[in-house]
Amino acid sequence: MKAGLGKDIRDGLVAAWPVCLGYLPIGLSLGVLAQKGGLAPWQIGLMSLMVFAGGSQFIAVAMIDGGASLAAIVSTTFMINLRHLLMSSALAVHFPGVSRRFLALFAYGVTDESFAVNMARFNQGGWNRRSALVLNQVTNATWFLSSVAGAYVGEFIPAGSLGIDYALTGMFICLLVFQLRGAIFVATALIAAFCSVLAYLWLPGNAYVIVASCLAATIGFALKRALRHRKLFA
Amino acid sequence: MTTRDFIVLTVCMGAVTYLPRMLPLVALSRRRLPSWFSEWLELIPAAILSALLAPTLFACAGPRSFCLGKAELLAAIPTLLCALRTRSLAGTVMVGMVCYWGLKQVM
Repeated sequence: MKAGLGKDIRDGLVAAWPVCLGYLPIGLSLGVLAQKGGLAPWQIGLMSLMVFAGGSQFIAVAMIDGGASLAAIVSTTFMINLRHLLMSSALAVHFPGVSRRFLALFAYGVTDESFAVNMARFNQGGWNRRSALVLNQVTNATWFLSSVAGAYVGEFIPAGSLGIDYALTGMFICLLVFQLRGAIFVATALIAAFCSVLAYLWLPGNAYVIVASCLAATIGFALKRALRHRKLFA
Repeated sequence: MTTRDFIVLTVCMGAVTYLPRMLPLVALSRRRLPSWFSEWLELIPAAILSALLAPTLFACAGPRSFCLGKAELLAAIPTLLCALRTRSLAGTVMVGMVCYWGLKQVM
């Protein structure tokens, strides 16, 4: 049991590194911006702990600096992070009958990145919920520490060092490849890319993620059903 | 912004971020989903990843516009090939970073 737990923790840590590497520069730059926007390091840290959602924190920092109202900041945050609804729904199938307490703790760490890595690992097999929880918590700790560190040291680190800005993009490309388990997945991904770019141009904020992924999954699903019917009745 | 206002703000931001992350997990994990819904959900990860990536590769911020030839897109080609051939996450991330960094030097 103990050895098993050790292995689960180790697996979680090993899987977390690309996410941590990607969070580092983003967290640092959030810290720099927040500090310039008049927030103290403890305020940045508190926000990273409470919210743990990069994009919305950047926007919140800008909105605070611009004197936006509480209601405006909170509703913007809600809209930006609504996409996690879809991710948690997709993750749920991998946690059958798991205790509410565990799920409540796990849910806290559901981000675009942890979601993508956990889904890929669950699909590959040999991955369990303890490793998944470790991954979520380690990436959260990295986010917290790097955003606080940004308030102190961020200004001394040159932007764009060693292509680190590309770590998360590179990771998403690879995790997308892992998801392409058949023609229907490839078709769905292509449709999603097309819809996403159009929605990005036409819709405000980041509604494009949720709109494009729902639309693409629905078209992909319809295609799959149509092809199945054809096979049945041909 | 006063300290009290800031704390109220972060608590509210935390709540509206946490609930969409938590409710589906708690509500759906104890239930047998209808087959059409789980088949639909199965396509969601590929769709989300692609939807997150596409504007990074094919569009510019500022005033939002379609653009081809960004360093992000060019670096994505060797990165994608590496992912397809090696299926190694570590290797792919490294190749992506090196290519992006190299392109940024010359562009």
